[in-house]
Amino acid sequence: MLKFTEEHEWLKIEGDVATVGITRHAADQLGDLVFVELPEEGTSFDKGASAATVESVKAASDVYCPLDGEIVGINQAIVDDPALVNSDPEGAGWFFKLKLSDPSSANALLDEAAYKELIA
Amino acid sequence: MIGTPVPKEQPPRKLSGPRTSAGRYNLERSDGNVARRRDNNLRQKGQRGLEPDGACARRIVEPARGLSRRQTWRPDVDDHASLKQTPLAALHRALGARMVPFAGYEMPVQYPAGVLKEHLHTRAASGLFDVSHMGQIRIVPKSGKVEDAAAALETLVPADMLGLSVGRQRYALFTNDAGGIRDDLMVVNRGDHLFLVVNAANKDADFAHLQAALSQSCSVEMLDDRALIALQGPRAEAVLAELWADVTAMRFMDVAEASLHDIDCLISRSGYTGEDGFEISVPAASAEDLAKRLLEHPDVLPIGLGARDSLRLEAGLCLHGNDIDPTTNPVEAALTWALGKARKPGGARAGGFPGADVVFAALESGPSRLRVGLAPEGKAPVRSGVSLFASETSQEPVGTVSSGGFGPSTERPVAMGYVAAGQAKAGTQLFAELRGKRLPVTVATLPFVTPTFKR
Repeated sequence: MLKFTEEHEWLKIEGDVATVGITRHAADQLGDLVFVELPEEGTSFDKGASAATVESVKAASDVYCPLDGEIVGINQAIVDDPALVNSDPEGAGWFFKLKLSDPSSANALLDEAAYKELIA
Repeated sequence: MIGTPVPKEQPPRKLSGPRTSAGRYNLERSDGNVARRRDNNLRQKGQRGLEPDGACARRIVEPARGLSRRQTWRPDVDDHASLKQTPLAALHRALGARMVPFAGYEMPVQYPAGVLKEHLHTRAASGLFDVSHMGQIRIVPKSGKVEDAAAALETLVPADMLGLSVGRQRYALFTNDAGGIRDDLMVVNRGDHLFLVVNAANKDADFAHLQAALSQSCSVEMLDDRALIALQGPRAEAVLAELWADVTAMRFMDVAEASLHDIDCLISRSGYTGEDGFEISVPAASAEDLAKRLLEHPDVLPIGLGARDSLRLEAGLCLHGNDIDPTTNPVEAALTWALGKARKPGGARAGGFPGADVVFAALESGPSRLRVGLAPEGKAPVRSGVSLFASETSQEPVGTVSSGGFGPSTERPVAMGYVAAGQAKAGTQLFAELRGKRLPVTVATLPFVTPTFKR
């Protein structure tokens, strides 16, 4: 199941674990990324808390935790090469895997059509 | 105009704007800080700008203060409505620029190539910058003698204006009574008048300041009908020489009139990037024509404010509003080179500018804090507003970052800031507090890149 947030994150949900990244739209808006900071595995976040930081040449931005959950995996590849987020934001440029406290909470997120409408 | 080290000219300053003002800069600083991705939403919720709501937002915001640029993210429709346009606005749009509010103008922060490529292209070939938002001012002496205008201007700046030769440009500072820096500017001796370029954010205040102080002996005119285009980088000379062969005879900080494609221009060999280059004052009606012709050259790409800021930061050039402002004096700002020898203690025309006593006291006793380069040891950019500490555990900060970001040419984060005089020696290790962590930074010699000015 693929879901989106108004903060421009995408979630690919398999069982109770969501792989989370930022959308192509977000990556394009941010511009060339030069730094990514990811959370530590095992950390729990509430929905809306800042879970990661991305920095372009010009600015820092936060990536918010899209739902309540615990970090169960991170993508070290984007820390080593932040440009991967720009080149493949919805694939190899994923950020972290989140074990959802309540998998049903994902139902309230945007589906792809609604997200596309949001950024149109 | 800029050239020097400081140039004001350009951008930098511009970029930033005052740290406080939100509107201005946006690019940089943010005011908002918040610019996080969520801005859009936030905005929709009516929060206008500031911080986003909740606590989490707030966390970020603070550290970020500097982050300023976060703003770029948010297209702020309301703010755009009242923004001024430069004569090149339509061209920027046609080139696919992302436009942002900056110092009251809608300006290109980047083009489709992106900040990294724009920055690197400027250092490798040549970049064209629209700096038409900066103020261009003429000071015409009523006596007809430019010396009278120079003497009058010396009552406002500590630079040696009487010693400035015809056809030469010099960096200067408007000081206030506390010795702080109201603005930085470039001054050209045009033979029968002085030509000034000041920061966009301060141009109206500078104009009023000049009129109030000089109107008895001079007429002060804001040249609203001229654009300003900077062409910077190692290929700038060759590109411009195709339009005007004599450009090769110019040295750094020379200024000359020239006809480029039958357009009468005033060209200075200076800039705000640390590279060789030129700033071209051109009639507004001809600006787009000239810009297009320059952009036709395969070595030239349009460059936005984003790369302008990273270029000037690597070059160690101050941005007024960030690195210098009305609370920093020239000595602590490491700009004593901008004080004319004749204007310093013992000089023929010592003092006579606002705050001279404060500036001289700082010269005599040494400043309590100093602007220095800062090299973060890790990969994380350390931006404006971040506090600096002497150790990982010390409580009281010993300094603050005034500008910082990622240096595309240095391929690592670069910053500058103010630190206590005892911590200002190159090689001193300090710690920047970023997102709750103390990260090591080393005091570094500026600039981070070697200037290639044609002296």
